[in-house]
Amino acid sequence: MRVRIKYSKQGLMKFIGHLDMMRYFQKALRRAGIDVTYTEGMSPHMSMSFALPLGVGMTSDSEYVDVDLNTPVPGSLIVERLNSSAPEGVHFTQAREIPEGKAHKGMNLAARADYTLTMRPEYAWGEGWKDELMKWLEQPHITVMKKGKKTEKEVDIRPLIYEAKFSGDKLVLGLGAGLDRNVRPELVMKAFADASGRSFQPFMFLINRDEVYADLGQDGAHRFTALIDLGKEII
Amino acid sequence: MAIKQALSEEILLSVGKPERYLGNEVNAVRKDPAKTDIRFVMCFPDVYEIGMSHLGIQILYEMFNNRPDTWCERVYSPWVDLDEIMREKKIPLFALESQDPVREFDFLGITLQYELCYANILQILDLSGIPFHAAERLYTGSCEPGSQRTGRRSGAGSPEGGFRHKSSGMLSEDGYRNHPVEHEGRGRRELLLGEGSPIVIGGGPCAYNPEPVAEFFDLFYIGEGETVYDELLDLYKECRRSGLTRREFLRRAATVPGIYCPMLYEPSYNEDGTLGSFEPVCDGIPKRIKKQAVEDLDSSPFITKPLVPFMQVTQDRVVLEVQRGCIRGCRFCQAGMIYRPTRTKSLETLKRTADLLLEASGHEEISLSSLSTSDYPELEGLVTYLIEKHGRTNNINISLPSLRIDAFSLDVMSKVQDVKKSSLTFAPEGGSQRMRDVINKGLTEEDIMRGAADAFRGGWNKVKLYFMLGQPTETEEDRREIAHLAEKIAELYYDTVPKEKRNGKCMITISTAFFVPKPFTPFQWAVMFTPEDYLDFAHTVNEEVKASLNHKSIRYNWHEAYVTVLEGLLARGDRKVSATIESAYRRGALFDAWTEHWDWQRWVDAMEETGIDLYFYTGRQRGEDELFPWDFIDAGPTKRFLLDEWHKAHRAELTENCHGRCSSCGAMKFNSGVCFNEKNGSRTLRAGTEEVYLYPVESCNPVPGLGRAAAHQRSEGA
Repeated sequence: MRVRIKYSKQGLMKFIGHLDMMRYFQKALRRAGIDVTYTEGMSPHMSMSFALPLGVGMTSDSEYVDVDLNTPVPGSLIVERLNSSAPEGVHFTQAREIPEGKAHKGMNLAARADYTLTMRPEYAWGEGWKDELMKWLEQPHITVMKKGKKTEKEVDIRPLIYEAKFSGDKLVLGLGAGLDRNVRPELVMKAFADASGRSFQPFMFLINRDEVYADLGQDGAHRFTALIDLGKEII
Repeated sequence: MAIKQALSEEILLSVGKPERYLGNEVNAVRKDPAKTDIRFVMCFPDVYEIGMSHLGIQILYEMFNNRPDTWCERVYSPWVDLDEIMREKKIPLFALESQDPVREFDFLGITLQYELCYANILQILDLSGIPFHAAERLYTGSCEPGSQRTGRRSGAGSPEGGFRHKSSGMLSEDGYRNHPVEHEGRGRRELLLGEGSPIVIGGGPCAYNPEPVAEFFDLFYIGEGETVYDELLDLYKECRRSGLTRREFLRRAATVPGIYCPMLYEPSYNEDGTLGSFEPVCDGIPKRIKKQAVEDLDSSPFITKPLVPFMQVTQDRVVLEVQRGCIRGCRFCQAGMIYRPTRTKSLETLKRTADLLLEASGHEEISLSSLSTSDYPELEGLVTYLIEKHGRTNNINISLPSLRIDAFSLDVMSKVQDVKKSSLTFAPEGGSQRMRDVINKGLTEEDIMRGAADAFRGGWNKVKLYFMLGQPTETEEDRREIAHLAEKIAELYYDTVPKEKRNGKCMITISTAFFVPKPFTPFQWAVMFTPEDYLDFAHTVNEEVKASLNHKSIRYNWHEAYVTVLEGLLARGDRKVSATIESAYRRGALFDAWTEHWDWQRWVDAMEETGIDLYFYTGRQRGEDELFPWDFIDAGPTKRFLLDEWHKAHRAELTENCHGRCSSCGAMKFNSGVCFNEKNGSRTLRAGTEEVYLYPVESCNPVPGLGRAAAHQRSEGA
């Protein structure tokens, strides 16, 4: 049975990198006594995949990991057992059954992620930047240089900015996510800073990932659904 | 709830591996400081990944935290990137769990696992803002973090301001040493207990010769921490409640068995620089300090909630201590002497502990730990249990780092590891039979060849061989024998394994460490050589390897020679050496165990500045009746026994192991373990068994993660 587990990563946990989270998970599942499937071979490892790596320094309310279980366990029990040995900052919220098969893996489905950005007071850009940002986003194209592993190429990120709105002082961005459509919130803010003659500093925003969605829309229309909603309750 | 952080987000995101400084590991203990009387911070003075792998701290961590009145936390050496930031921004060193400054704690416990961390002790004190010298801490509460390296603090930067130079032999009225700080601050008020710096207490194997770092510590705990710490903490509470001074507490602490307060003992020196006498300066404290040893390991405190770090550390596994001590008596090995007598845990205890630790940690690997696991009497039962219960069903890896090579161990290893990928490690330590007899290795060439042949037939084709160079009586011929032994093993592979069954050619890796004589070993009288000599020794081996027929199957690595000499100075140094350590630290010495941070010149300059003659400490033949700086400690084996062994070494005469026959070494006074059982006839030796003892490197290195191959190795394909 394949199960999708949703958890939040807050507080000090934001300094724990993706690889260490994977190591954490293997041990957490063992501590919880959850019967996870192992791969075959001389050095068996847990079959487990994360939907979307989270950069060091970001917090999140919606992290997803898919694991295969040998024996079904009620979702509420998975959550309870994992929480009982979780460090401060990690909180498990839901566990649901999802269909098996590559196409249903979170990492292949992730299409959009929402982020909330809060500017840290010591980096204030001053009045007016909010309006300017909204105006800047009205352009049909925003081309930026995007660094890949080896190459650097020009990409138009405007179609991948699905939403941008202010809620008080907080900026909410809905951005493309996943393999070939990933847009990091810092990339958007740096592009704006460059375009508006402001200086961009690496730590100026506190960034929280709010949700990760799959896109179930067809023929160019979007229909974003939170990854956890693709699973069904395990009772 | 937001957790307090000593470092800002910007700092944490700009240094490498911020996980080192968070203290949020699974099973880390948090308490309400308002509800605890004693704040203890335990320090391993090296980087987090190394320190977190140390078993001893984890045992004490849980033991202290089981006391409702005590909160024990941890601190490790900040890596060089953070070190620089902390100095620049004057951020005081903090304990991980509470992130509170170390200088506000009641105790700072520092474990001394190897000599090359001595400069790091000063980094810990300096960044904490704790004055370097215990004597100064009687009066001075704290200083600016990082100020003691630059010497801006008055009196600290120049040799005249130091602790040692004016102190020789001068006693003040109350019988304490008259320290220069008292001259400076005549009439200064003595601090009350709890007012100033934490009580800085050292422990671990290097505390068996605490003298080179004696001036930096208020107290040392000699021996195993499980025994008298409770007594010491209770005493602390009582003294603080009574409003006693720090000095008075230290004097009372010095009466607790195993506790050594360096300030209360005074060395005097002969004209030739050797130690003349070493005496207490006040009444009521013992002349000799008896090491502490646990009597019954089954009922001593053990770990139930192991700390599980997020980042990969050196020991990323459950470490199950099966026994303490070693019955062998290798004459170079300090651990084999100071952890006497050998005490074992029962099979039932170990089964229960293994289950519990695997469940509580979630680790995917368990490793059996001891100085010589093959000597554990119930090994077969334990390994079978682990394979059946955890290996088969739970995919737990079982790692057996120090087994002798025989039919049983090869069978077990082929079950738990991939034969094709893994290598077998043998530690003959000496190349010739004569050398192996000199060091009392109790291992013949026939034993080695038989073990290797079994291993080759079992499918292994990678073999690692560990040797030491520069041991007493060693000749050039002995060194050449190292290469010859490797050559014979290579030939054996091609003779034993038919061509069609070979998995490529065999690969034999020779590693040599240069021998460092350690206190409380039969070789404590041995002379060391110069770095140039050591390199010549290595070149001899290298030439001989290159001349071998099978040289393409043999690789040769040797260790850094200059580091060896420094280790030698620090291992057998006296109190005078502390000034050198301080000077080297001021010159930038830090992380000396790390090749990339090691700089010999700093130490050369420091020795020159402080008038320390390297030859006196390393190259000189020490007299048999010489009083050693560590002789005031009773570690078990008597000096008489060690000297007999030293003489036997020169005759290449073997001494039987503790199971074979008691050598009356002196460890029986601890009334436990192998001595006790043997005398009561409760365990009998398997008579007439010819056993092959081939030790992997881990078995002779008490520092987890710092195997002799880990640091300071220069390698050359031969």
